[in-house]
Amino acid sequence: MPLLDVSDVTLTFKGIAALVSVCFQVEEGQIVSLIGPNGAGKTSMLNCISGRYHPEAGSITLGGSELLTVPTHRRTSMGLSRTFQNIALFRGLSVLDNLMVGRHAQLKYGLLSSILYFGAARRAEDAHRRRVEEIIDFLNLSPYRHQPAGLLPYGLQKRVELGRALAAEPRLLLLDEPMAGMNLEETEDMARFVLDINEEWGLTVLLVEHDMGVVMNISHQVVVLDFGQVLAQGAPEAVQADPKVLAAYLGSEDATFLGR
Amino acid sequence: MQDKCGLFFCSYRAESALFPSGFQRACLAAFLLALVIIPLGINSYYVSILCLMNIAVIGAVSLNLLTGLCGQISLGHGAFFGVGAYTAGILAAKGVPFLLVLPASGAVAAMAGMAFGLPSLRLKGIYLAIASLAAQLILEYVFLHWESMTGGSNGLMLMAPEIFGLKFDSDIKMFYLTLGVAALTVLAVSNITRTRPGRAFVAIRDHYLSAEIVGVNLFAGKLQAFGLSSFLAGVGGCLWAHYTNFITPEQFNIGLSINYLAMIIIGGLGSVLGAIFGAVFLTVLPEALNAVAALAGQMLGGDPTASLAALKGGVFGLVLTLFLIFEPDGLAQRWRMAKAYWKLYPFAH
Repeated sequence: MPLLDVSDVTLTFKGIAALVSVCFQVEEGQIVSLIGPNGAGKTSMLNCISGRYHPEAGSITLGGSELLTVPTHRRTSMGLSRTFQNIALFRGLSVLDNLMVGRHAQLKYGLLSSILYFGAARRAEDAHRRRVEEIIDFLNLSPYRHQPAGLLPYGLQKRVELGRALAAEPRLLLLDEPMAGMNLEETEDMARFVLDINEEWGLTVLLVEHDMGVVMNISHQVVVLDFGQVLAQGAPEAVQADPKVLAAYLGSEDATFLGR
Repeated sequence: MQDKCGLFFCSYRAESALFPSGFQRACLAAFLLALVIIPLGINSYYVSILCLMNIAVIGAVSLNLLTGLCGQISLGHGAFFGVGAYTAGILAAKGVPFLLVLPASGAVAAMAGMAFGLPSLRLKGIYLAIASLAAQLILEYVFLHWESMTGGSNGLMLMAPEIFGLKFDSDIKMFYLTLGVAALTVLAVSNITRTRPGRAFVAIRDHYLSAEIVGVNLFAGKLQAFGLSSFLAGVGGCLWAHYTNFITPEQFNIGLSINYLAMIIIGGLGSVLGAIFGAVFLTVLPEALNAVAALAGQMLGGDPTASLAALKGGVFGLVLTLFLIFEPDGLAQRWRMAKAYWKLYPFAH
């Protein structure tokens, strides 16, 4: 059974179809990339999975349980986590606290315990801090631990956002253009992190990315969207050779003829 | 043997302490000791100002939790403070002991706060501010017109509070009582700030979409902030009612709400220390202006005091404006910079 099963998802905004009967699966332990030209519906798809948008029809299951009926904030504890295309950090919190917020769903102590900061709250804070420090080490963020996230340079902010998503201990990680706006070195670092997360930690990754070099290098599967529809899916090599994909990206002889 | 130079933490717990270094703890102890001793040696008029300061600290710190930390602007904080005061007045008249009245005032204010916090799920920023203004006006109307409970414009009388037979009937005694409650409030809010709910509040303030992604229930979180903040405001109101012994609706008007908002802005939004600074500053400022006006009146002779008193309001506003221009991050930021300067003194880096 696939970890994520998207079937027949249709999303429209006032009659304009953003997604039309989209179907694809993400197998456990894989890196699956979602690509497509601008406006193809990639981010809309992620938003449907994470709960920002509510599709009119279809079903999305994670590990066999339906996601669409679950409110957004509860999807985290079902094993879902994501980063955003534009930086969406908590600017006023330190890097460390950003990651600690990432563990919000796992910290279970109550309000009274937090007011007294005694017993359960204290133990939980210490234990979760330990795990968060591991993630900080993994992402090489230790020097910036106590700095407000909003003051860090762009590349680091992207990395902190990845850290926050990891702190939630997801089964499925949704990454929305993690390499956007990065230079070559930063892109390589980020690709390395994604590979390590996948290979060493065993996390399943659904990646939306425009950097085709990265996508073709690190993905197990590629899903191509165009105008809200799945154009092709399969191994990177197969997708690259698909004439429909080439047409969508580069245009074809009869593209004008089709009215596009 | 050499002592270590600087602070080196060996555990996460040591690092997350509110006052990590021995020097800080010593300063805090000295400060608290001074607070306990000073009122014994000064004029009771100054003690009464210190009392008002304590109560203002409770109000400002609680509003800071809602507006500074959680980002929900409230123009109704004075009214929630008033709900606490009226609850205290009504319950105390029925002979309920003070130790029960205090949390009950908080609880009733919390309920009012949460009820008026409901629109916050849909409204943000300036729109929420206007909705909370409605809370202020509605509650003021209730204070004035629910005469069977609140006494209307005649107000309510209260006796001095009593705990286990100990009567808090003088300014000094009230000072110790309000100081104790204010200290507990500050400690509670500091603890909230550095743990799960506090981080969730900031998450809601800074980026509500990703707050939801990390598992924060926006609605519950905002209501919790409204509830906690109004609870503490209600406790402050209870102390205020018992301190002044007489409450009327106009004590809890929009001016009070704006005063609290000014305190946390001047102090520095989102910082507990800033809220304390702001509360102290705005309580002292009118008194200082009074003193200056009186002094100027003496020097100039005649009776210019009246016109100087009128000037006072203008100077008050001017000081606030200058603060916003030259110190937009508040007194807390100034404090941080002063600390950073003295850290390496005389070796500037």
